Amino acid sequence: MTTTSGAGQAIHANVPRDRADESPLLEFDHLSVVYRGARRMRVSAVDDVSFSLLPGETVGLVGESGSGKTTIGSAAVGLAPVTAGKIRFEGQDVTHATGPKRRALSRKLQIIFQDPYSSLNPLRTIGQTLIEPLLVNGGTTRQQQTSAVSDMLSRVGLDPTAAGRYPANFSGGERQRVAIARALMASPKVVVCDEAVSALDLSVQAQVLNLLAELQRELDISYLFISHDLSVVRHMCDRVAVLYRGQIVELGEAGLIHDKALHPYTQALLTASPLPDPGAQRRLREKNRSALNPARPTASLKACRFANRCPLATDVCEQEAPELKAAPDGRLIACHHIAEAALLYSSRVEHTRDGPVNE
Amino acid sequence: MAGLRSFAKADRSRKHRSPLHGISPLGAIAGSFLALLVIAAVLAPLIAPYSPTGNDLSATYQKPGLHHLLGTDEFGRDLLSRIIYGGRISLTGVGVAVVVYLILGATIGVVAGYVGGILDSVVTWVAEVCFALPGAVVILVLLATLGNNVTAAMLVLGLLAAPSLAVFMSGATKSVRAEMYIAAARVTGLRTRQILMRHVLPQVLAPLTVQLSLFAGTALLVQTGLDFLGLATQPPTASWGAMVSDGATHLGQDGWMVVPPGVVVMLSVMSFGLLGDALQDRRRERLKTPTPVNARPGGVPIAADDTDCRAASTTLDPQVVLTVRQLSVGTNDGGYTPIVDNVTFELRHGACIGIVGESGSGKTMTALSVIGLLPDGVAISAGTVTFAGRELVGSQRNDSAGVRGAGIAMISQEPVANLDPSFTVGAQVAEVVRRHSRASRRQAYAEALDLLTQVRLPNVKQIAKRYPHQLSGGMAQRVVIAAALAGKPQVLIADEPTTALDVTVQAEILELLRDLRAETGLAMILVSHDWGIIADSCDSALVMYAGQLVEESPIAEIFDRPRHPYSEGLMRSNPYYAPPSRSKLPSIPGNVPALGQWPLGCRFAARCQYATEDCRATSIELVRIDSDRWARCIHHDLVAAPQAGLAS
Repeated sequence: MTTTSGAGQAIHANVPRDRADESPLLEFDHLSVVYRGARRMRVSAVDDVSFSLLPGETVGLVGESGSGKTTIGSAAVGLAPVTAGKIRFEGQDVTHATGPKRRALSRKLQIIFQDPYSSLNPLRTIGQTLIEPLLVNGGTTRQQQTSAVSDMLSRVGLDPTAAGRYPANFSGGERQRVAIARALMASPKVVVCDEAVSALDLSVQAQVLNLLAELQRELDISYLFISHDLSVVRHMCDRVAVLYRGQIVELGEAGLIHDKALHPYTQALLTASPLPDPGAQRRLREKNRSALNPARPTASLKACRFANRCPLATDVCEQEAPELKAAPDGRLIACHHIAEAALLYSSRVEHTRDGPVNE
Repeated sequence: MAGLRSFAKADRSRKHRSPLHGISPLGAIAGSFLALLVIAAVLAPLIAPYSPTGNDLSATYQKPGLHHLLGTDEFGRDLLSRIIYGGRISLTGVGVAVVVYLILGATIGVVAGYVGGILDSVVTWVAEVCFALPGAVVILVLLATLGNNVTAAMLVLGLLAAPSLAVFMSGATKSVRAEMYIAAARVTGLRTRQILMRHVLPQVLAPLTVQLSLFAGTALLVQTGLDFLGLATQPPTASWGAMVSDGATHLGQDGWMVVPPGVVVMLSVMSFGLLGDALQDRRRERLKTPTPVNARPGGVPIAADDTDCRAASTTLDPQVVLTVRQLSVGTNDGGYTPIVDNVTFELRHGACIGIVGESGSGKTMTALSVIGLLPDGVAISAGTVTFAGRELVGSQRNDSAGVRGAGIAMISQEPVANLDPSFTVGAQVAEVVRRHSRASRRQAYAEALDLLTQVRLPNVKQIAKRYPHQLSGGMAQRVVIAAALAGKPQVLIADEPTTALDVTVQAEILELLRDLRAETGLAMILVSHDWGIIADSCDSALVMYAGQLVEESPIAEIFDRPRHPYSEGLMRSNPYYAPPSRSKLPSIPGNVPALGQWPLGCRFAARCQYATEDCRATSIELVRIDSDRWARCIHHDLVAAPQAGLAS
């Protein structure tokens, strides 16, 4: 895969060094998505986002509402209107794939939605839902379909008799297992997990995360893992992209991003998530009263999108948006003030936590 | 799609039952009546006792009797036979109209609703034109030009009505189209046709059935009307409308003649409606979640256990602002299903208690019963809630309303939903102020501005003039908090106050609540599923599982070492505590038992790694572990801290 533009190289810049020659499975190349709102208002949801996903890898997308993380996942499976840029799957342009091309792609590229209640049709049995991916391409007998459904149900930890029952008979965690089973029926290579565990109860969330990790090991699936929960992303992902208002602000190894965040926005996200540890949380909080400035209108359209809330913002941030470039440790970051950000981080986070992650 | 039958076990057994299975008795009668009419009309030559046009002038105007079960008309024709034969004409007319209406209206409507865009606009436009056409005039003109062709008339009736069905179906389809499972099916790669057949049609079938039954009734009335006017069927051919017309003409000679056809028409129209309703009800019934198997029948709540040691330990402490004692909550419509079971706790002035639990644990219902805002069908069945020395359970409605807001206030998960969209936020907060004090409008508004300042909203004067939809989620939650503070409450109940908010906004709201507590000495009950929020804001935690309090502890101690296996499991399964490598997260196996399916012994035993026979034998009491720690576990000594077992 060769790309010509300078930013195009950035797609690969962050791939772990030992995998630098591998060709990516899924690539987002300067992707932009603009929704048309009411009264012809145009809402830019994703703006010039580039990154790639390697075989067997999990890339996390984190950010708050309006960051565009869900839109990127939807664009990958053809549910969002791509206005510029390309999405490539195994090197082939699938940005606007429709008809037979999209159907062929759907075998390899699947999605698990957040809400296990609305993502299953209440009027169809679990078996009827699970069989659909097999109907798309035909060529299977009824017997093969039935046994494929039974196999998949046992694989996701459900009883094969579940096939004859309706979604109403299952709990949220069980339904999410069904949704995972549906995504895996066609043996996909990439699965987009769009907040796949956010709606689940805590005690069930860990089960489903374990299941996803186990299936990945067995079937060599790549996940595009969209979540707002940083510790879940830290646990599940190899690399993480942090999004703010439609753009990547920081991208790198999950451990690096979570434990040594550089971008002021990533830091704000991390310090805002309360730690389940009263002592550590109190220390973190005391050091970080007002990690963000109150939002004020930005001066110019060219400004860094985070400038109006950033504690480190200076004039240069108002005049010019920073490019996403590689830092010495290999991560990509879009910030004019990396050195100051590193200082800010150490003042904030050090010694707040005695848990195993921060040393 | 024949391959699906093997999965549709429920479907299959249903298909072998009679088509009327599961239908209400009235609907079954209506359906049978219509079926009888159709069968009789089809088999008319075989079962009709006489020819419908056979005159017998020796037996005119007869009342019902042995020879003529329903009597005879002015030519001595047998009324029963004429009704049976007349059904052929009348029901065929209805059939033609309904088929045209169904095929055109439903197909175009579903497709237009699913595809949307121009097609949908065109359908709406055509429908509006058809609404504007005077249907009766069109049909009369048509009958005049085509020479009393009843089939054509009914066909045109179906044609004229179809666009309105199309618009209706398009609307129904659009709401189905927005469902996530449609998106999932599209990603699966199903063709549009498959999605329509498999996912959309089954959903819109219920409203369609109702529309069809209503239209069938209308069509029968139109057909009867045309026949009555003599515009469609010509004598001597029998139709129900023509028979009513005959009867009306000879009302002077014989009042009976009009009765049999009139009653048949009336019953048929009624039956169409009843059958439609019944089919819709049956569908709704099938979608219901199965009722819990061991829901306690007969509305007998569990008696509050007087020996509960936790309850006995509470004292009359002047520091305590709110005492909840042996509180049980359950459903009170159609049998008693317990939701909250014997919960006891007390809240001190200025303290913050966190209630942690999963869905179905009863945490929200516990909070709602404190403020007396339980939803319909749910009620307190036992126990007491004492606020500042006043008993709230069972007190007069007015009394608890006085405490609500003034003594105890509440904020909930959806801030925008708690504000009235048609008033400015300043007016809404001022309204709450006036409810609690005798302030004038102007004073109340000024006080509202003070409250909005107190919750740290910037530019308060401008924000007070905004409507709720003009606020972000975080600002809306601040407004809700300001309104909650209007009555100067001593206790604030916060039910998942930040679940709908982004994490940076959540941090700001939690900080605000903490500061308000420090400034005003407000006591708080914070309901959450997030241990981070509990660690951040609370002095002590109550852990609830399957309606019971399973652990109560000061905050540092519970994180240091939980003493109930469920608390331990919840903490350990949090990825925060997981080792950096992507190893397996410790998880709690199984699911939370559903409401009404709580086991007799320890409710957590089925999922517990420490469970023994003793746990399942009998219900487990709360055990005092320390002066202020309680756990509902006989193995609490075995329970370890969440970090234990990790490589350090």
